[in-house]
Amino acid sequence: MNPRRKKRLAIVGSILIGIGIVSGLVLYALSQNIDLFFTPSEITQGKKDTGLKPSVGQRIRIGGLVVPGSVKRDPNNLKVSFKLSDMAMPIVFNDSDPMITVYYEGILPDLFREGQGIVANGTLAEHPPTGLSIEASEVLAKHDENYMPAELAEAAGQKHDKATYSDKQLQSKDN
Amino acid sequence: MWKWLHPYANPEVSYHFTNKLLPWLSVLSAIFLSIGLVWALLFAPADYQQGHSFRIFYIHVPAASLSMGIYFAMAVAAFSSLVWQLKLADASAAAMAPVGASFTAIALITGAAWGKPMWGTWWIWDARLTSELILLFLYLGVIALHNAFEDKNLAGKAAGILTLVGVINIPIIKYSVDWWNTLHQGSTVSKLGKPSMSLDMLWPFIFCFIGFSLLVGVIICLRFRNEILARNSIRPWVRELVKNNSSQ
Repeated sequence: MNPRRKKRLAIVGSILIGIGIVSGLVLYALSQNIDLFFTPSEITQGKKDTGLKPSVGQRIRIGGLVVPGSVKRDPNNLKVSFKLSDMAMPIVFNDSDPMITVYYEGILPDLFREGQGIVANGTLAEHPPTGLSIEASEVLAKHDENYMPAELAEAAGQKHDKATYSDKQLQSKDN
Repeated sequence: MWKWLHPYANPEVSYHFTNKLLPWLSVLSAIFLSIGLVWALLFAPADYQQGHSFRIFYIHVPAASLSMGIYFAMAVAAFSSLVWQLKLADASAAAMAPVGASFTAIALITGAAWGKPMWGTWWIWDARLTSELILLFLYLGVIALHNAFEDKNLAGKAAGILTLVGVINIPIIKYSVDWWNTLHQGSTVSKLGKPSMSLDMLWPFIFCFIGFSLLVGVIICLRFRNEILARNSIRPWVRELVKNNSSQ
């Protein structure tokens, strides 16, 4: 390679390496803010690296798995409450795991199911009997990267029924 | 290898090479796309949770991964143009940018259409979606720079620098779902180990992916050919070509 090309290669190469280092540091510094949500254990114990912990009254997003059997729906209106626990593989639910109760009023997304990943947006509140909870204004369903036909899923024992609503429940929304 | 590649630095040789390549790419792309899309949209089984909505996967995922692939190819072209000052590399980067921008837009639009029924929202500022949007802006910036200067060499240099600066965004898009908590799910196909998809869903995807990649090849070849002609319009071989074409 002739010297001029070698010089250009060095300049372009060092620019690339420099940008790589700078953006790596920026992303590392911002990594707490880039996370879309807190997990239930991060709300109770703080983030793993920094110990950052949301305070009561703060508006946050929480992400976790809906604990099976914890979904309570009011038969007369769209109020619903459920518990979230950390997303961990393999999926197991222990009563000792940190859990956060979410209160929400509105139609749940189609993919809302027990055991499903959920991201809820709301204010952190303290409810004496249940501990920390979220008063959610928005509930989004997070689905995983696994796709399979229904027959396979049934064979594997996966639930795939979505929530249904009675007329009474739906009418309560208009009032 | 350099000896083998060297003749293609000549615009005329490259022009005739793309001419020879085009029919093959077009026919193969049509075959793969028609098999893949019919299989994917009509015959592949529906997902156990998402039902038929999941079929948008077959367009969304190829578009998204190609949007990153084209950017990477553009960055390689920009790099060789800056270091070895190959004029043709600039022409190829200019040919690729609008194609990449279109595929990024397709990925974003199909993603929004998929997100509304499944997640419950069109858009959320999570790391994956935001970095893909930045990719679209990078493409638009590169296109703008290619057209901002009268002097094509200067334009190529400016656009090339922006392309190389933006290349850092590609690994960020790819690994955003692993590094941070996001609403977007992790990778299904492009990951170490077994794809998280049953085989009768995976095969149509492979056909769609190859089909879309070939389609990208076709569009880029067409645009690259045009770029070569436009940039060499005063050369005798181009004039010869035009004369022969019009006399037929």
